[in-house]
Amino acid sequence: MNERRIEIHPILGLRPERRHVTIHFGDRPLPAYEGEPIAAALLAAGVRVFRKTSKRGEPRQLFCGIGRCTDCVMIVDDLPGVRTCVTPVRDGMRVEEQDGRGRWERERGGGEP
Amino acid sequence: MKQAEIVVVGAGPAGLSAAAAAAQAGAQVLVIDENAEPGGQLFKQIHKFFGASEHRAGQRGVDIGHELLEEVEGLGVDVVLDASVWGIYDGSTVAVASQEYSWRVKADRIVLATGATENGLSFRGWTLPGVMGAGCAQTMMNVHRVLPGQRVVMVGSGNVGLIVAYQLLQAGAEVVAVVDALPRVGGYPVHAAKIARAGVPIYTSYSVKEADGDECVEKVTIWRVDDRWQGVPGSEIELDADTVTLAVGLSPMAELAWVAGCRFLHIPELGGHVPVHSAYMETTVPGIYVAGDVSGVEEASCAMEEGRLAGLWAASAAGRLSVAAAVAAAAPHEASLARLRSGPFGAAARGGKLAMDGRRDEAWGQTLTRGGA
Repeated sequence: MNERRIEIHPILGLRPERRHVTIHFGDRPLPAYEGEPIAAALLAAGVRVFRKTSKRGEPRQLFCGIGRCTDCVMIVDDLPGVRTCVTPVRDGMRVEEQDGRGRWERERGGGEP
Repeated sequence: MKQAEIVVVGAGPAGLSAAAAAAQAGAQVLVIDENAEPGGQLFKQIHKFFGASEHRAGQRGVDIGHELLEEVEGLGVDVVLDASVWGIYDGSTVAVASQEYSWRVKADRIVLATGATENGLSFRGWTLPGVMGAGCAQTMMNVHRVLPGQRVVMVGSGNVGLIVAYQLLQAGAEVVAVVDALPRVGGYPVHAAKIARAGVPIYTSYSVKEADGDECVEKVTIWRVDDRWQGVPGSEIELDADTVTLAVGLSPMAELAWVAGCRFLHIPELGGHVPVHSAYMETTVPGIYVAGDVSGVEEASCAMEEGRLAGLWAASAAGRLSVAAAVAAAAPHEASLARLRSGPFGAAARGGKLAMDGRRDEAWGQTLTRGGA
């Protein structure tokens, strides 16, 4: 797909073929592979800022990559605080940069929980 | 409430080994893991393991992972994924959250094999996007096949730092430098030689001064440290890099042992606070066992042997195996562990386990802040 995707690896060989899906980062459609975590798809697309901290608005991205540190949380399909490093992509998924703790859809005037 | 003879928390090398040993002894085993795939961190270990052939040396972690999975499946072990264990009550009720619902399972015996988590390192700019654990980089490139960055500074020259630096090269990244505050390379010389041959400079007695960038890492400044770990002004070297990977140790992920009321000791050689456990891998809460990094950070080969022991003894305590049979079955794994811990890198862990044994009384003297054993 691009230079960040490791298509051929000296030990692991060819990247296993997986179904292509599309996720939406803000209003930007991004290509992804079925089953991969959201963070991997964003990393491959060159997205460096996943969220901003609540007090100082500092940028954060990935740190542990295995679901421990919560550095990579984002708003996914209106749900804030989703650990993108361990949450697989789904076709049509909406992923947004999270500001602080993010907001629930219902707080923004959305539908019933 | 669900029932299980033995609940194993964590489907990594230790947990799967524990499950296999217990199931082989005839126990009904339920493994719970919060990840979508079993195997823990084995699948990102694409290098060949060291040691003797009995420790699967020469095999790559990813292949060992597949073998373990096959073994566990063949024994009919129930593996539940995408499920987080968040509590243990009365030493036997395991509370679990799956994606859509919560549930509990009553366990005769529990094996905690929750692993470890990577340590951070504080310097100016360490929270910037682009600074991550070396294991994180390993997961992204070896499991998900995405490069974490193009130009990487590796901090730490222990085996993790050296091996992941080499794997970054294999994946197509440039490793700008390996930096270590210690005066000499920490890991095996053979790994250091591999990356040195590839032209990667290794700066010993150097540390990161700062990482700079607007919204992500664009530049990394390293500087020499003196014998009191203080940076030496004027010794700065600026590196053009977009990523910093930290290989500065791991800490046991022992929250469940805390909430279950297990006694702890702080043993630096084992990575920090560890649940006190016997040679049978049983903690101070009867019926709760530990295995692998949660009981003290070591190599995956050690985790697998500890898992076998924990599984055997838990099955024996559950009445599936006579003590004599368990002793006989445990012997080769104990011998193997002793050999793994006899080398220069295993000696620290062996010392740590001995220290823990020697300080058991101290642990019992502590006041518990949580739990109720």
